[in-house]
Amino acid sequence: MPGPLQYLIWLLCTLLEVAVLVCAFKRQAVRRYLLLNLYIASEVVASVVRFEILQRYGLLSSTYAYFYYYSDALLTILLFFALSSLYAQVFQELNAERFVQLGAVVLMSGTALFSFAVVQQSSGKLMSHFVVELSQNLYFVGLVLTYILWAAILKLRETRAQLIQIVLALGVYFSLYAANYALRNLYPSLGYVFQSLNPLIGCFLPFAWAYAFYRLPKDARLQPSSLAVIPR
Amino acid sequence: MTAALILFISLTILLQFFVSYCRSLIAASTREALSQEVQEVTGISRTASPDDYSRVVQLLNLCPDRPEDRSSLRAVSAYYHFLGFIRSTIARAIPSLQSWADRESAQCTYFVAVALGRRIAFSRDLLAQQMLP
Repeated sequence: MPGPLQYLIWLLCTLLEVAVLVCAFKRQAVRRYLLLNLYIASEVVASVVRFEILQRYGLLSSTYAYFYYYSDALLTILLFFALSSLYAQVFQELNAERFVQLGAVVLMSGTALFSFAVVQQSSGKLMSHFVVELSQNLYFVGLVLTYILWAAILKLRETRAQLIQIVLALGVYFSLYAANYALRNLYPSLGYVFQSLNPLIGCFLPFAWAYAFYRLPKDARLQPSSLAVIPR
Repeated sequence: MTAALILFISLTILLQFFVSYCRSLIAASTREALSQEVQEVTGISRTASPDDYSRVVQLLNLCPDRPEDRSSLRAVSAYYHFLGFIRSTIARAIPSLQSWADRESAQCTYFVAVALGRRIAFSRDLLAQQMLP
């Protein structure tokens, strides 16, 4: 069973997710960021169900393992579509939402096919390994897509402060996860250390999003060029 | 090999996002002017010095805590310490990086000074409420 510290981090993360939903509701940002809020709501539900399964079947049970990895894969897919909704917001004025949605579906299918091809060659438990591989690959694809989105924000001079902070927080989150997965693959013997970092990394996104919804008014503006590491 | 490449790309992008995210937190405060009171207490008028940071933080800790500022102050503090690491290591060999890190650290100081101004106003409000019959 997880220790008190792990339970505490878990509880903190779930509370932060609830805080995102409350702040978004209070700031009337639920509809504007519908998929983002749907993703966070699904995280809360998954967290509660995971806790229930953990209490009933235990950490080492196959039920918990299956639910954990399958729900994680589904949540990553949902986050991927939430990211595509941010693309749609940035490219709104160019009327490119359809292309963005199509691109997201194509990229998602491509990642799924690639993940399937990788596990097919080396695995007996095809489906279980597929969902784990898919999650890992989607984190990296998400990272690259967020980076492209950030470049588009700079290029198109997008000034909505809330949107900018949401994208930047997503970038930090994806890069932390991708780096953590890479470290786990590089040093398999230290896997348990890197695995234990996952819940902490998971707290960052709801924390940053709650902050963006709570502190920044909808019409707050920022000059994105002043935020770039390399001045433009 | 692939994992090492992914790690390198992830860390490079993480660095860029982290710096931009911290800048976005600081950005709002740079437009805010410091009150006369804060200017007198901190000795900062328009531009802050990167080395004033610890002193301003000490002053900030003397005032009652404002829950609204807590999270952004933590992020800016992490950013300042990251810049401190850059200033004392890589930046010693690259002068342009040194001046960039100094500029960024000065902005962190300014951010904390703005937070100090808010805390002073907050304490004054608290005191006023307690004085009411």
